[in-house]
Amino acid sequence: MTTAIEIPSAVTPLLRVTDLNKFYGTRIGCADVSFDLYPGEVMGIVGESGSGKSTLLNCLAGHLAPDAGQVLFDTRAEGMRDTVTMSEPERRMLGRTDWAFVHQHARDGLRMNVSAGGNVGERLMAVGARHYGNIREVAVDWLGRVEINEDRVDDRPTAFSGGMQQRLQIARNLVTGPRLVFMDEPTGGLDVSVQARLLDLLRGLVREMGLSAIIVTHDLAVVRLLADRLMVMKDGHVVETGLTDQVLDDPQHAYTQLLVSSVLQV
Amino acid sequence: MTDYNFAYLDEQTKRMIRRAILKGLAIPGYQVPFASREMPMPYGWGTGGVQVSAATLTPDDTLKVIDQGADDTTNAVSIRKFFERTAGVATTEETSKASVIQTRHRIPEEDLTEDQILVYQVPIPEPLRFLEPSEVETRKMHSLEDYGLMHVKLYEDISRHGQIATSYAYPVKVEDRYVMDPSPIPKFDNPKLEMAAIQLFGAGREQRIYAIPPYTQVVSLDFEDYPFEASKADAACDLCAATDSYLDEVITDDAGGRMFVCSDTDYCRSRRAAGHVGALGTAFDEDAA
Ligand SMILES: Nc1ncnc2c1ncn2[C@@H]1O[C@H](COP(=O)(O)OP(=O)(O)O)[C@@H](O)[C@H]1O
Ligand SMILES: [Mg+2]
Ligand SMILES: [Zn+2]
Repeated sequence: MTTAIEIPSAVTPLLRVTDLNKFYGTRIGCADVSFDLYPGEVMGIVGESGSGKSTLLNCLAGHLAPDAGQVLFDTRAEGMRDTVTMSEPERRMLGRTDWAFVHQHARDGLRMNVSAGGNVGERLMAVGARHYGNIREVAVDWLGRVEINEDRVDDRPTAFSGGMQQRLQIARNLVTGPRLVFMDEPTGGLDVSVQARLLDLLRGLVREMGLSAIIVTHDLAVVRLLADRLMVMKDGHVVETGLTDQVLDDPQHAYTQLLVSSVLQV
Repeated sequence: MTDYNFAYLDEQTKRMIRRAILKGLAIPGYQVPFASREMPMPYGWGTGGVQVSAATLTPDDTLKVIDQGADDTTNAVSIRKFFERTAGVATTEETSKASVIQTRHRIPEEDLTEDQILVYQVPIPEPLRFLEPSEVETRKMHSLEDYGLMHVKLYEDISRHGQIATSYAYPVKVEDRYVMDPSPIPKFDNPKLEMAAIQLFGAGREQRIYAIPPYTQVVSLDFEDYPFEASKADAACDLCAATDSYLDEVITDDAGGRMFVCSDTDYCRSRRAAGHVGALGTAFDEDAA
């Protein structure tokens, strides 16, 4: 008998979550969540409003302190480290280098009083970039990659449409080549036509950059398009996991069946 | 006879302020909170600097007070009078004769020595404030040395003005650790922040004290392709012909006449006394007559 953790393949997971719990007083935020995320994988988390998706994501990204459990991340320097117990400076350093976080509301993830170029350049400057010309060049390049015209580089996001703001937020997050991207309802609150364009863009970037990502959404179309694997949450618990197509085409859990059949207004 | 304790503040308050000053000196550039007291003058008149001076002065000290480099402005005169009355200390306008100099918006041209203390009046001590309004967040940024935002401000300057347009309160990094607001001195003065004297900064309304010990490294933030420049008006003083001093442009008549004069009045006066004459100046003796 051995108690060693069995790693199912030769590849080390990028993220290993074990028995994660978060309570708000006596109310469950999320409970007993465990999963592995492998490099290059996109994991979707779906479930109706209040099922604990955002709570889980914020615990993973270090924005909330879980009450129990581990969040192991494969750091560049020291391999697997528990981000829950590491020091805040270390966690913040991850937050501006290896991790990225795309908020549902662009204004939560952008500096609204700073130009588009400054927004994209901030992470570069935070990790030591000190050449204005180079920073600007990279910012312009990234604006192009998210389909924002170069001549908007000095405009503030307040002058942008909702879709443009969200694309700017994505550029600002991806500019330093993060190894893991967290997204909370990235298409939420946008018009349907704008959503479609953003989804296409995200899918292109995910493929092109080989991104590893965790995407929280209540929109099954989003995960159908972006996610390799799915976790279905209900009342803070994971009720079903599997490959996206399998879960959506052949749901096992009664709740997932309801979700997929659109009976639930989610 | 006076109704006040020496230098107005009671001894317990002065001890509290001295502890903050010592802590500031021990952690160069770090903003130390202190319990700012009501002073018999409005905020904006340098109540932070006045409290630091009050806790620093001893009966043997000689005090100089300048505002924008001048000893004779209302603000400088009233602070000097305040300490003459409440501390009975000697006062001077000569930089080299002062042991404590309280200043607003300038560093004297003449090099200060190890025997001197320079006290700055500070309106807004937090250099990150304009981009991050949350005090909790800026404190965290300081403690984690998370200073990317500071360069975002400079980036915005260049993208908007083609150069770093910040010309006052130009941010510095102290001893390769804390980013600090040097108070609204012109950036021309920034290189002088590396000096032999002790520098103390007091912000009354914001209740912060910070300090730079003698010979501490102070670096002005910049970009490799937009390096910091300690610029000033490209002219000589019209009174004393100095080319190395910070100049004010003064309008002399209704016809739009202008002249450049040293903002440091003591520096200008002593140069004229030594015989230097500028383009619009007269010899010193006649001037005084
Ligand atoms: N800050 C909070 N304080 C108290 N309860 C909260 C807080 N945030 C979320 N909750 C509760 O935790 C549960 C999960 O919420 P959340 O993670 O936001 O779900 P989702 O993102 O799936 O909509 C809900 O019952 C919600 O009411
Ligand atoms: Mg949510
Ligand atoms: Zn002069």
